[in-house]
Amino acid sequence: MSGPDNKVFQGHRGIGERVEGVALVADDNFSARYDLNRIEGTFSRPQHKLHGENYVGKILVLNIAKGGVATAWMLREMASRGMAPKALVLNAGNPIMAQGAAFANLPFVDRFDVDITSVIKTGDRVIVDPDKGTVEVAG
Amino acid sequence: MNTPSSGNNPISLDHDITLTSEEKAMLAGELGPARRYAMEQIIRVGGFFDAKDCIEVSQVHIMADPESLGLAGVEFLESLCALEADQRRVRVPTVTDPRGVDFEAYKRLGQTEEQANLERRAITAFKAMGIMMTDTCINYQTIMPPVRGEHIAYGDTGSSIYANSVMGARTNFQGGPSALAAALAGRVPRYGYHLDQCRRGSRLFDLSFRPDDLSEWGAVGGIIGGFMESYWDVPVVTGVDGTPTSDEMKQIGAALASYGSTALFHMVGVTPEAPDLSSVFDGPPPKSISIGRAEVEAFLASYRPSDDQLDVVVFAAPQLSLVEMETLAGLLDGKKINPSVALLVATSPEIKNACDRMGFTAKIETAGGIVLKGVCFYQMYAREIGEAQGWKRLMSNSAKLVNIIGGYGYEPLLASMEKCVESAVKGRIIT
Repeated sequence: MSGPDNKVFQGHRGIGERVEGVALVADDNFSARYDLNRIEGTFSRPQHKLHGENYVGKILVLNIAKGGVATAWMLREMASRGMAPKALVLNAGNPIMAQGAAFANLPFVDRFDVDITSVIKTGDRVIVDPDKGTVEVAG
Repeated sequence: MNTPSSGNNPISLDHDITLTSEEKAMLAGELGPARRYAMEQIIRVGGFFDAKDCIEVSQVHIMADPESLGLAGVEFLESLCALEADQRRVRVPTVTDPRGVDFEAYKRLGQTEEQANLERRAITAFKAMGIMMTDTCINYQTIMPPVRGEHIAYGDTGSSIYANSVMGARTNFQGGPSALAAALAGRVPRYGYHLDQCRRGSRLFDLSFRPDDLSEWGAVGGIIGGFMESYWDVPVVTGVDGTPTSDEMKQIGAALASYGSTALFHMVGVTPEAPDLSSVFDGPPPKSISIGRAEVEAFLASYRPSDDQLDVVVFAAPQLSLVEMETLAGLLDGKKINPSVALLVATSPEIKNACDRMGFTAKIETAGGIVLKGVCFYQMYAREIGEAQGWKRLMSNSAKLVNIIGGYGYEPLLASMEKCVESAVKGRIIT
Protein backbone atom coordinates (compact mmCIF):
# COMPACT_ATOMS: atom_id res chain seq x y z
CA MET A 1 0.00 0.00 0.00
CA SER A 2 3.01 2.31 -0.12
CA GLY A 3 2.22 5.25 -2.34
CA PRO A 4 2.84 8.93 -2.94
CA ASP A 5 -0.51 9.95 -1.44
CA ASN A 6 0.19 8.25 1.88
CA LYS A 7 0.47 10.39 4.96
CA VAL A 8 3.40 9.56 7.25
CA PHE A 9 3.38 10.40 10.94
CA GLN A 10 6.67 10.45 12.79
CA GLY A 11 6.94 9.06 16.29
CA HIS A 12 9.77 7.79 18.47
CA ARG A 13 11.65 4.67 17.49
CA GLY A 14 9.59 1.69 18.64
CA ILE A 15 9.67 -2.03 19.29
CA GLY A 16 8.99 -4.98 16.97
CA GLU A 17 8.74 -5.50 13.22
CA ARG A 18 7.06 -3.59 10.39
CA VAL A 19 3.41 -4.58 9.88
CA GLU A 20 0.47 -3.49 7.77
CA GLY A 21 -3.15 -3.69 8.82
CA VAL A 22 -6.49 -2.05 9.52
CA ALA A 23 -6.76 0.56 12.27
CA LEU A 24 -9.13 0.51 15.24
CA VAL A 25 -9.02 4.01 16.72
CA ALA A 26 -10.42 5.89 19.72
CA ASP A 27 -9.55 8.92 21.79
CA ASP A 28 -9.34 6.75 24.89
CA ASN A 29 -6.63 4.97 26.87
CA PHE A 30 -5.40 1.39 27.07
CA SER A 31 -4.75 -1.39 29.57
CA ALA A 32 -5.07 -5.09 28.68
CA ARG A 33 -6.28 -6.01 32.17
CA TYR A 34 -8.69 -3.17 32.75
CA ASP A 35 -10.22 -2.83 29.30
CA LEU A 36 -10.30 -6.21 27.57
CA ASN A 37 -12.06 -9.53 27.60
CA ARG A 38 -8.96 -11.36 26.41
CA ILE A 39 -10.80 -14.64 25.92
CA GLU A 40 -13.33 -13.18 23.48
CA GLY A 41 -10.97 -10.56 22.02
CA THR A 42 -13.19 -7.58 22.74
CA PHE A 43 -13.12 -4.37 24.75
CA SER A 44 -15.16 -5.21 27.85
CA ARG A 45 -14.87 -2.14 30.08
CA PRO A 46 -18.26 -0.44 29.81
CA GLN A 47 -16.82 3.09 29.97
CA HIS A 48 -14.31 2.48 27.15
CA LYS A 49 -15.07 4.14 23.81
CA LEU A 50 -14.33 0.85 22.03
CA HIS A 51 -16.65 -1.15 24.32
CA GLY A 52 -17.87 -4.22 22.44
CA GLU A 53 -15.35 -3.84 19.59
CA ASN A 54 -13.19 -6.78 18.52
CA TYR A 55 -9.49 -5.84 18.52
CA VAL A 56 -7.96 -9.10 17.27
CA GLY A 57 -5.59 -8.54 14.34
CA LYS A 58 -6.24 -4.79 14.33
CA ILE A 59 -3.73 -1.95 14.57
CA LEU A 60 -4.92 -0.41 17.83
CA VAL A 61 -4.56 3.37 17.91
CA LEU A 62 -5.28 4.91 21.31
CA ASN A 63 -4.21 7.75 23.53
CA ILE A 64 -2.11 6.70 26.55
CA ALA A 65 -1.11 3.56 28.41
CA LYS A 66 -3.04 3.31 31.66
CA GLY A 67 -3.68 0.78 34.38
CA GLY A 68 -1.46 -1.75 36.05
CA VAL A 69 1.45 -4.01 35.30
CA ALA A 70 -0.39 -7.09 34.00
CA THR A 71 -0.24 -5.97 30.36
CA ALA A 72 3.49 -6.71 30.44
CA TRP A 73 2.71 -10.46 30.56
CA MET A 74 -0.64 -10.42 28.81
CA LEU A 75 0.36 -9.26 25.32
CA ARG A 76 2.48 -12.38 24.77
CA GLU A 77 -0.22 -14.62 26.21
CA MET A 78 -2.78 -13.04 23.88
CA ALA A 79 -0.41 -13.43 20.91
CA SER A 80 0.18 -17.10 21.75
CA ARG A 81 -3.56 -17.74 21.30
CA GLY A 82 -3.82 -15.62 18.16
CA MET A 83 -5.92 -13.10 20.12
CA ALA A 84 -3.62 -10.07 20.10
CA PRO A 85 -3.90 -6.82 18.18
CA LYS A 86 -1.50 -6.68 15.22
CA ALA A 87 0.25 -3.58 16.55
CA LEU A 88 -0.11 -0.87 19.15
CA VAL A 89 0.08 2.83 18.35
CA LEU A 90 -0.29 5.24 21.25
CA ASN A 91 0.26 8.92 21.87
CA ALA A 92 2.14 8.05 25.06
CA GLY A 93 3.17 4.58 26.14
CA ASN A 94 4.57 3.68 29.52
CA PRO A 95 7.17 1.16 30.67
CA ILE A 96 4.57 -1.60 31.04
CA MET A 97 3.40 -1.31 27.45
CA ALA A 98 7.01 -1.24 26.20
CA GLN A 99 7.96 -4.23 28.36
CA GLY A 100 4.91 -6.18 27.18
CA ALA A 101 5.56 -5.35 23.53
CA ALA A 102 9.22 -6.36 23.88
CA PHE A 103 8.26 -9.65 25.55
CA ALA A 104 5.56 -10.40 22.96
CA ASN A 105 7.52 -9.06 19.98
CA LEU A 106 4.42 -6.96 19.25
CA PRO A 107 5.01 -3.86 17.10
CA PHE A 108 4.62 -0.70 19.18
CA VAL A 109 5.23 2.98 18.37
CA ASP A 110 4.39 6.10 20.40
CA ARG A 111 5.33 9.81 20.90
CA PHE A 112 4.15 11.47 17.66
CA ASP A 113 4.28 15.15 16.81
CA VAL A 114 0.47 15.09 16.38
CA ASP A 115 -2.43 13.55 18.33
CA ILE A 116 -2.30 10.24 16.50
CA THR A 117 -5.89 9.33 17.45
CA SER A 118 -7.17 12.39 15.58
CA VAL A 119 -5.35 11.76 12.29
CA ILE A 120 -6.07 8.03 11.83
CA LYS A 121 -9.65 6.75 11.45
CA THR A 122 -11.05 3.33 12.23
CA GLY A 123 -10.88 1.26 9.05
CA ASP A 124 -7.84 3.10 7.61
CA ARG A 125 -5.12 0.86 6.19
CA VAL A 126 -1.87 1.69 7.97
CA ILE A 127 1.76 0.58 8.01
CA VAL A 128 3.55 0.62 11.37
CA ASP A 129 7.35 0.71 11.09
CA PRO A 130 8.89 0.60 14.57
CA ASP A 131 12.50 0.89 13.39
CA LYS A 132 11.69 4.19 11.67
CA GLY A 133 9.16 5.14 14.34
CA THR A 134 6.54 5.88 11.69
CA VAL A 135 2.90 5.19 10.99
CA GLU A 136 1.84 5.51 7.36
CA VAL A 137 -1.81 5.91 6.36
CA ALA A 138 -3.05 4.99 2.87
CA GLY A 139 -4.02 8.14 0.97
CA MET B 1 7.86 -25.10 24.77
CA ASN B 2 9.01 -21.51 24.43
CA THR B 3 12.70 -20.78 24.27
CA PRO B 4 14.11 -18.32 26.78
CA SER B 5 14.51 -15.75 24.03
CA SER B 6 12.38 -12.64 23.62
CA GLY B 7 10.87 -13.77 20.35
CA ASN B 8 10.89 -16.39 17.63
CA ASN B 9 13.07 -14.45 15.21
CA PRO B 10 16.53 -13.04 15.75
CA ILE B 11 15.78 -9.56 17.03
CA SER B 12 17.34 -6.36 15.93
CA LEU B 13 19.35 -5.06 18.84
CA ASP B 14 20.86 -1.93 17.39
CA HIS B 15 21.02 0.35 20.38
CA ASP B 16 22.86 3.25 21.95
CA ILE B 17 23.14 1.81 25.45
CA THR B 18 26.65 1.66 26.89
CA LEU B 19 27.25 -1.80 28.34
CA THR B 20 29.86 -3.01 30.82
CA SER B 21 31.91 -6.07 29.96
CA GLU B 22 29.73 -8.15 32.26
CA GLU B 23 26.56 -6.90 30.56
CA LYS B 24 28.06 -7.68 27.16
CA ALA B 25 28.89 -11.20 28.35
CA MET B 26 25.32 -11.72 29.54
CA LEU B 27 23.95 -10.41 26.25
CA ALA B 28 26.25 -12.76 24.32
CA GLY B 29 24.84 -15.70 26.25
CA GLU B 30 28.07 -16.47 28.08
CA LEU B 31 26.15 -16.70 31.37
CA GLY B 32 23.37 -18.77 29.86
CA PRO B 33 20.16 -18.13 27.96
CA ALA B 34 18.21 -16.73 30.95
CA ARG B 35 20.62 -13.83 31.42
CA ARG B 36 20.77 -13.33 27.66
CA TYR B 37 16.96 -13.00 27.69
CA ALA B 38 17.30 -10.53 30.57
CA MET B 39 19.75 -8.30 28.70
CA GLU B 40 17.69 -8.45 25.49
CA GLN B 41 14.62 -7.32 27.39
CA ILE B 42 16.61 -4.58 29.14
CA ILE B 43 18.03 -3.30 25.85
CA ARG B 44 14.75 -3.33 23.97
CA VAL B 45 12.93 -1.44 26.74
CA GLY B 46 15.91 0.80 27.53
CA GLY B 47 16.26 1.66 23.84
CA PHE B 48 12.58 2.57 23.66
CA PHE B 49 13.11 5.10 26.48
CA ASP B 50 16.56 6.34 25.33
CA ALA B 51 18.44 4.90 28.32
CA LYS B 52 22.19 5.58 28.13
CA ASP B 53 23.25 2.71 30.37
CA CYS B 54 22.07 0.30 33.07
CA ILE B 55 21.93 0.68 36.82
CA GLU B 56 22.25 -2.07 39.43
CA VAL B 57 19.25 -2.73 41.66
CA SER B 58 19.26 -4.02 45.24
CA GLN B 59 15.87 -5.76 45.34
CA VAL B 60 13.21 -6.94 42.92
CA HIS B 61 9.45 -7.38 43.36
CA ILE B 62 7.77 -9.43 40.67
CA MET B 63 4.14 -9.60 39.64
CA ALA B 64 3.29 -12.84 37.88
CA ASP B 65 -0.16 -14.16 38.69
CA PRO B 66 -1.25 -17.12 36.54
CA GLU B 67 -4.12 -15.18 34.96
CA SER B 68 -1.65 -12.66 33.54
CA LEU B 69 1.01 -15.25 32.73
CA GLY B 70 -1.35 -17.60 30.98
CA LEU B 71 -0.01 -20.88 29.65
CA ALA B 72 2.46 -18.99 27.42
CA GLY B 73 3.97 -17.17 30.41
CA VAL B 74 4.18 -20.30 32.57
CA GLU B 75 5.88 -22.22 29.76
CA PHE B 76 8.35 -19.36 29.40
CA LEU B 77 9.18 -19.55 33.14
CA GLU B 78 9.55 -23.32 32.89
CA SER B 79 11.99 -22.92 30.00
CA LEU B 80 14.15 -20.77 32.31
CA CYS B 81 13.97 -23.06 35.31
CA ALA B 82 15.00 -26.05 33.20
CA LEU B 83 18.49 -24.50 33.02
CA GLU B 84 21.42 -25.35 35.32
CA ALA B 85 21.16 -23.80 38.79
CA ASP B 86 23.93 -21.25 38.20
CA GLN B 87 22.21 -20.11 35.02
CA ARG B 88 18.67 -19.81 36.31
CA ARG B 89 19.00 -18.31 39.79
CA VAL B 90 18.25 -14.64 40.38
CA ARG B 91 21.17 -12.36 41.30
CA VAL B 92 19.45 -10.05 43.80
CA PRO B 93 16.82 -10.66 46.49
CA THR B 94 13.55 -11.14 44.63
CA VAL B 95 10.06 -11.37 46.15
CA THR B 96 6.62 -11.94 44.66
CA ASP B 97 3.43 -9.91 44.34
CA PRO B 98 0.08 -11.60 45.23
CA ARG B 99 -0.65 -14.90 43.53
CA GLY B 100 -3.84 -15.96 41.81
CA VAL B 101 -4.83 -18.97 43.90
CA ASP B 102 -5.08 -19.42 47.67
CA PHE B 103 -4.89 -23.21 47.88
CA GLU B 104 -6.90 -23.26 51.11
CA ALA B 105 -9.79 -21.31 49.58
CA TYR B 106 -9.90 -21.85 45.82
CA LYS B 107 -12.51 -24.60 45.79
CA ARG B 108 -14.91 -22.55 47.93
CA LEU B 109 -14.52 -19.66 45.49
CA GLY B 110 -15.23 -21.76 42.42
CA GLN B 111 -11.72 -21.59 40.96
CA THR B 112 -10.88 -24.57 38.77
CA GLU B 113 -8.23 -27.29 39.00
CA GLU B 114 -6.85 -25.98 35.71
CA GLN B 115 -6.29 -22.56 37.28
CA ALA B 116 -4.77 -24.11 40.42
CA ASN B 117 -2.46 -26.31 38.34
CA LEU B 118 -1.18 -23.38 36.32
CA GLU B 119 -0.49 -21.62 39.63
CA ARG B 120 1.39 -24.67 40.98
CA ARG B 121 3.58 -24.78 37.88
CA ALA B 122 4.39 -21.06 38.14
CA ILE B 123 5.32 -21.39 41.82
CA THR B 124 7.56 -24.39 41.12
CA ALA B 125 9.37 -22.41 38.43
CA PHE B 126 9.82 -19.33 40.63
CA LYS B 127 11.21 -21.40 43.50
CA ALA B 128 13.69 -23.05 41.13
CA MET B 129 14.94 -19.58 40.23
CA GLY B 130 15.52 -18.69 43.90
CA ILE B 131 12.61 -16.26 44.09
CA MET B 132 11.10 -15.81 47.57
CA MET B 133 7.33 -16.40 47.55
CA THR B 134 6.20 -13.50 49.71
CA ASP B 135 2.97 -13.14 47.66
CA THR B 136 2.33 -9.59 48.72
CA CYS B 137 1.81 -6.13 47.22
CA ILE B 138 2.52 -4.47 50.59
CA ASN B 139 6.14 -5.58 50.72
CA TYR B 140 7.02 -1.96 51.54
CA GLN B 141 5.01 -2.35 54.78
CA THR B 142 5.84 -5.94 55.63
CA ILE B 143 9.01 -7.33 54.00
CA MET B 144 11.81 -4.83 53.34
CA PRO B 145 10.95 -1.15 53.02
CA PRO B 146 13.43 0.46 50.62
CA VAL B 147 15.61 3.41 51.57
CA ARG B 148 15.73 6.90 50.07
CA GLY B 149 17.80 6.91 46.88
CA GLU B 150 17.90 3.11 46.64
CA HIS B 151 17.54 1.84 43.06
CA ILE B 152 15.06 -1.04 42.99
CA ALA B 153 12.80 -2.86 40.52
CA TYR B 154 9.24 -3.03 41.82
CA GLY B 155 6.62 -4.89 39.89
CA ASP B 156 3.28 -3.60 41.17
CA THR B 157 2.02 -0.09 40.51
CA GLY B 158 0.97 0.32 44.15
CA SER B 159 4.30 -0.83 45.55
CA SER B 160 6.19 1.26 42.97
CA ILE B 161 4.39 4.51 43.71
CA TYR B 162 4.73 3.98 47.47
CA ALA B 163 8.46 3.20 47.20
CA ASN B 164 9.11 6.18 44.91
CA SER B 165 6.94 8.70 46.72
CA VAL B 166 6.83 7.81 50.42
CA MET B 167 10.26 6.15 50.69
CA GLY B 168 12.14 8.23 48.09
CA ALA B 169 13.47 5.03 46.50
CA ARG B 170 13.79 4.81 42.71
CA THR B 171 11.91 2.49 40.40
CA ASN B 172 9.89 2.42 37.21
CA PHE B 173 6.87 0.15 36.88
CA GLN B 174 8.64 -3.15 36.25
CA GLY B 175 6.08 -5.48 34.74
CA GLY B 176 6.73 -9.22 35.12
CA PRO B 177 9.00 -9.85 32.11
CA SER B 178 11.17 -6.85 33.01
CA ALA B 179 11.17 -7.48 36.78
CA LEU B 180 12.35 -10.99 35.96
CA ALA B 181 15.02 -9.54 33.68
CA ALA B 182 16.11 -7.20 36.50
CA ALA B 183 16.34 -10.15 38.90
CA LEU B 184 18.35 -12.29 36.46
CA ALA B 185 20.71 -9.50 35.34
CA GLY B 186 20.77 -7.56 38.64
CA ARG B 187 20.11 -4.29 36.80
CA VAL B 188 17.60 -2.21 34.91
CA PRO B 189 17.91 0.31 32.09
CA ARG B 190 18.52 3.77 33.54
CA TYR B 191 15.54 5.90 32.47
CA GLY B 192 12.44 7.44 33.98
CA TYR B 193 12.22 7.54 37.77
CA HIS B 194 15.85 6.45 38.23
CA LEU B 195 16.81 9.90 36.94
CA ASP B 196 16.67 13.14 38.96
CA GLN B 197 15.12 15.14 36.12
CA CYS B 198 12.12 12.80 35.84
CA ARG B 199 11.27 13.19 39.53
CA ARG B 200 10.32 16.87 39.35
CA GLY B 201 6.69 17.91 39.82
CA SER B 202 4.55 18.62 36.76
CA ARG B 203 1.04 19.25 38.18
CA LEU B 204 -0.16 20.86 41.41
CA PHE B 205 -3.20 19.91 43.51
CA ASP B 206 -4.46 21.48 46.70
CA LEU B 207 -6.38 19.32 49.14
CA SER B 208 -8.89 21.60 50.81
CA PHE B 209 -10.26 19.01 53.24
CA ARG B 210 -9.10 16.07 55.31
CA PRO B 211 -10.35 12.75 53.85
CA ASP B 212 -12.43 10.86 56.43
CA ASP B 213 -11.32 7.32 55.71
CA LEU B 214 -9.31 5.12 53.36
CA SER B 215 -11.99 5.10 50.65
CA GLU B 216 -11.82 8.90 50.51
CA TRP B 217 -8.00 8.89 50.34
CA GLY B 218 -8.41 6.49 47.43
CA ALA B 219 -11.01 8.76 45.86
CA VAL B 220 -8.56 11.68 46.05
CA GLY B 221 -5.93 9.51 44.33
CA GLY B 222 -8.49 8.54 41.68
CA ILE B 223 -9.46 12.15 41.02
CA ILE B 224 -5.85 13.29 40.68
CA GLY B 225 -5.11 10.23 38.53
CA GLY B 226 -7.82 11.33 36.13
CA PHE B 227 -5.86 14.53 35.41
CA MET B 228 -2.64 12.70 34.55
CA GLU B 229 -1.77 12.79 30.87
CA SER B 230 0.98 10.20 30.86
CA TYR B 231 3.32 8.07 32.97
CA TRP B 232 5.71 11.02 33.06
CA ASP B 233 3.32 13.36 34.89
CA VAL B 234 4.30 13.85 38.55
CA PRO B 235 1.53 15.31 40.72
CA VAL B 236 2.37 17.42 43.74
CA VAL B 237 -0.19 17.66 46.55
CA THR B 238 -0.33 20.55 49.00
CA GLY B 239 -2.67 21.44 51.82
CA VAL B 240 -2.62 18.08 53.57
CA ASP B 241 -3.73 18.67 57.11
CA GLY B 242 -1.49 16.51 59.30
CA THR B 243 0.72 13.62 58.25
CA PRO B 244 -1.26 10.74 56.72
CA THR B 245 -0.74 7.20 58.00
CA SER B 246 1.03 4.51 55.99
CA ASP B 247 -2.36 2.99 55.07
CA GLU B 248 -3.69 6.36 53.91
CA MET B 249 -0.61 6.93 51.74
CA LYS B 250 -1.04 3.38 50.45
CA GLN B 251 -4.61 4.12 49.32
CA ILE B 252 -3.96 7.50 47.70
CA GLY B 253 -0.90 6.07 45.95
CA ALA B 254 -2.55 2.86 44.75
CA ALA B 255 -5.51 4.79 43.35
CA LEU B 256 -3.29 7.39 41.70
CA ALA B 257 -1.24 4.64 40.08
CA SER B 258 -4.36 2.80 38.97
CA TYR B 259 -6.34 5.74 37.56
CA GLY B 260 -3.34 7.71 36.29
CA SER B 261 -0.62 5.17 35.46
CA THR B 262 1.34 7.34 37.88
CA ALA B 263 4.57 6.12 39.48
CA LEU B 264 5.54 9.06 41.69
CA PHE B 265 3.79 11.83 43.60
CA HIS B 266 5.05 14.36 46.08
CA MET B 267 3.14 15.58 49.13
CA VAL B 268 4.61 18.84 50.34
CA GLY B 269 5.77 18.65 53.94
CA VAL B 270 5.21 14.89 54.03
CA THR B 271 7.20 12.96 51.40
CA PRO B 272 11.00 13.08 51.54
CA GLU B 273 11.75 14.86 48.27
CA ALA B 274 9.17 17.61 48.90
CA PRO B 275 9.99 19.63 52.02
CA ASP B 276 8.55 22.66 50.19
CA LEU B 277 7.22 23.65 46.75
CA SER B 278 10.53 25.05 45.53
CA SER B 279 12.17 21.65 46.07
CA VAL B 280 9.94 19.94 43.52
CA PHE B 281 9.32 22.59 40.85
CA ASP B 282 11.87 24.34 38.67
CA GLY B 283 10.64 27.92 38.67
CA PRO B 284 7.11 28.98 39.60
CA PRO B 285 4.72 26.07 40.24
CA PRO B 286 1.80 25.48 37.85
CA LYS B 287 -1.70 26.70 38.69
CA SER B 288 -3.14 24.65 41.49
CA ILE B 289 -6.27 22.50 41.10
CA SER B 290 -8.36 22.35 44.26
CA ILE B 291 -9.84 19.06 45.44
CA GLY B 292 -12.48 19.30 48.14
CA ARG B 293 -15.31 17.34 49.63
CA ALA B 294 -17.62 18.15 46.71
CA GLU B 295 -15.22 16.56 44.22
CA VAL B 296 -14.89 13.45 46.39
CA GLU B 297 -18.68 13.19 46.80
CA ALA B 298 -19.10 13.43 43.03
CA PHE B 299 -16.45 10.74 42.53
CA LEU B 300 -18.21 8.39 44.97
CA ALA B 301 -21.59 9.16 43.39
CA SER B 302 -20.28 8.22 39.95
CA TYR B 303 -20.20 4.58 41.11
CA ARG B 304 -23.51 4.60 43.04
CA PRO B 305 -26.00 2.10 41.58
CA SER B 306 -29.73 2.62 41.10
CA ASP B 307 -30.80 0.02 43.68
CA ASP B 308 -29.43 -1.53 46.88
CA GLN B 309 -28.78 -5.07 45.58
CA LEU B 310 -25.45 -6.41 46.93
CA ASP B 311 -23.56 -9.62 46.10
CA VAL B 312 -20.04 -9.35 47.47
CA VAL B 313 -17.94 -7.09 49.69
CA VAL B 314 -14.19 -7.16 49.03
CA PHE B 315 -11.36 -5.67 51.07
CA ALA B 316 -8.19 -5.88 48.94
CA ALA B 317 -6.09 -3.97 46.41
CA PRO B 318 -3.77 -3.35 48.13
CA GLN B 319 -3.74 -6.25 50.59
CA LEU B 320 -4.69 -5.16 54.10
CA SER B 321 -2.10 -4.20 56.70
CA LEU B 322 -2.22 -5.60 60.23
CA VAL B 323 -3.88 -2.37 61.37
CA GLU B 324 -6.62 -2.60 58.72
CA MET B 325 -7.18 -6.25 59.65
CA GLU B 326 -7.55 -5.27 63.30
CA THR B 327 -10.08 -2.58 62.37
CA LEU B 328 -12.08 -4.99 60.22
CA ALA B 329 -12.05 -7.65 62.95
CA GLY B 330 -13.36 -5.04 65.39
CA LEU B 331 -16.19 -4.01 63.06
CA LEU B 332 -17.24 -7.63 62.49
CA ASP B 333 -16.86 -8.78 66.10
CA GLY B 334 -20.16 -10.28 67.25
CA LYS B 335 -21.90 -9.59 63.91
CA LYS B 336 -23.21 -12.00 61.28
CA ILE B 337 -22.80 -11.35 57.58
CA ASN B 338 -26.09 -11.77 55.73
CA PRO B 339 -26.15 -15.19 54.00
CA SER B 340 -27.01 -13.51 50.68
CA VAL B 341 -23.70 -11.63 50.66
CA ALA B 342 -20.09 -12.83 50.59
CA LEU B 343 -17.34 -10.89 52.36
CA LEU B 344 -13.74 -11.44 51.27
CA VAL B 345 -10.58 -9.91 52.66
CA ALA B 346 -7.09 -10.39 51.22
CA THR B 347 -3.83 -9.96 53.09
CA SER B 348 -0.27 -11.22 52.88
CA PRO B 349 0.80 -14.61 54.28
CA GLU B 350 2.87 -12.89 56.99
CA ILE B 351 0.01 -10.65 58.11
CA LYS B 352 -2.42 -13.58 57.94
CA ASN B 353 -0.18 -15.50 60.35
CA ALA B 354 -0.16 -12.52 62.68
CA CYS B 355 -3.96 -12.24 62.43
CA ASP B 356 -4.35 -15.94 63.23
CA ARG B 357 -2.14 -15.47 66.28
CA MET B 358 -3.91 -12.33 67.46
CA GLY B 359 -7.44 -13.63 66.96
CA PHE B 360 -8.43 -11.24 64.11
CA THR B 361 -8.94 -14.08 61.61
CA ALA B 362 -11.28 -15.87 64.01
CA LYS B 363 -13.43 -12.76 64.51
CA ILE B 364 -13.75 -12.18 60.75
CA GLU B 365 -14.50 -15.83 59.98
CA THR B 366 -16.93 -16.29 62.87
CA ALA B 367 -18.93 -13.42 61.36
CA GLY B 368 -18.94 -15.30 58.05
CA GLY B 369 -16.10 -13.56 56.22
CA ILE B 370 -13.40 -15.32 54.24
CA VAL B 371 -9.78 -14.35 54.92
CA LEU B 372 -7.57 -14.94 51.88
CA LYS B 373 -3.79 -14.95 52.07
CA GLY B 374 -1.17 -14.28 49.41
CA VAL B 375 -3.71 -13.30 46.77
CA CYS B 376 -5.56 -10.18 45.68
CA PHE B 377 -9.08 -10.18 44.33
CA TYR B 378 -8.48 -8.80 40.85
CA GLN B 379 -5.44 -11.04 40.35
CA MET B 380 -7.32 -14.28 41.01
CA TYR B 381 -9.54 -14.86 37.99
CA ALA B 382 -12.16 -12.39 39.24
CA ARG B 383 -14.25 -12.79 36.09
CA GLU B 384 -14.47 -16.56 36.43
CA ILE B 385 -15.15 -16.38 40.20
CA GLY B 386 -17.91 -13.84 39.62
CA GLU B 387 -19.52 -16.04 36.98
CA ALA B 388 -19.21 -19.16 39.17
CA GLN B 389 -20.73 -17.42 42.21
CA GLY B 390 -23.24 -15.21 40.41
CA TRP B 391 -21.62 -12.03 41.77
CA LYS B 392 -22.21 -8.74 40.01
CA ARG B 393 -22.70 -5.93 42.54
CA LEU B 394 -19.42 -5.46 44.43
CA MET B 395 -18.70 -3.07 47.29
CA SER B 396 -15.21 -2.11 48.45
CA ASN B 397 -13.32 0.63 50.24
CA SER B 398 -10.56 0.39 47.62
CA ALA B 399 -10.76 2.92 44.78
CA LYS B 400 -8.16 0.88 42.92
CA LEU B 401 -10.30 -2.25 43.02
CA VAL B 402 -13.40 -0.32 41.98
CA ASN B 403 -11.46 1.06 39.01
CA ILE B 404 -10.24 -2.33 37.83
CA ILE B 405 -13.17 -4.60 38.47
CA GLY B 406 -15.70 -2.98 36.12
CA GLY B 407 -13.81 -4.54 33.22
CA TYR B 408 -14.34 -7.96 34.79
CA GLY B 409 -18.13 -7.80 34.58
CA TYR B 410 -18.84 -6.35 38.05
CA GLU B 411 -20.83 -3.28 39.06
CA PRO B 412 -18.59 -1.78 41.74
CA LEU B 413 -19.36 0.70 44.49
CA LEU B 414 -16.87 2.62 46.65
CA ALA B 415 -17.63 3.22 50.32
CA SER B 416 -15.94 3.27 53.71
CA MET B 417 -15.01 0.05 55.50
CA GLU B 418 -17.75 0.79 58.05
CA LYS B 419 -20.43 1.15 55.35
CA CYS B 420 -19.16 -1.95 53.57
CA VAL B 421 -19.44 -4.02 56.77
CA GLU B 422 -22.86 -2.57 57.64
CA SER B 423 -24.07 -3.40 54.13
CA ALA B 424 -22.69 -6.95 54.32
CA VAL B 425 -24.55 -7.48 57.60
CA LYS B 426 -27.84 -6.00 56.32
CA GLY B 427 -27.54 -7.80 52.98
CA ARG B 428 -28.11 -4.63 50.97
CA ILE B 429 -26.16 -1.51 50.10
CA ILE B 430 -26.17 1.14 52.85
CA THR B 431 -24.57 4.43 51.88
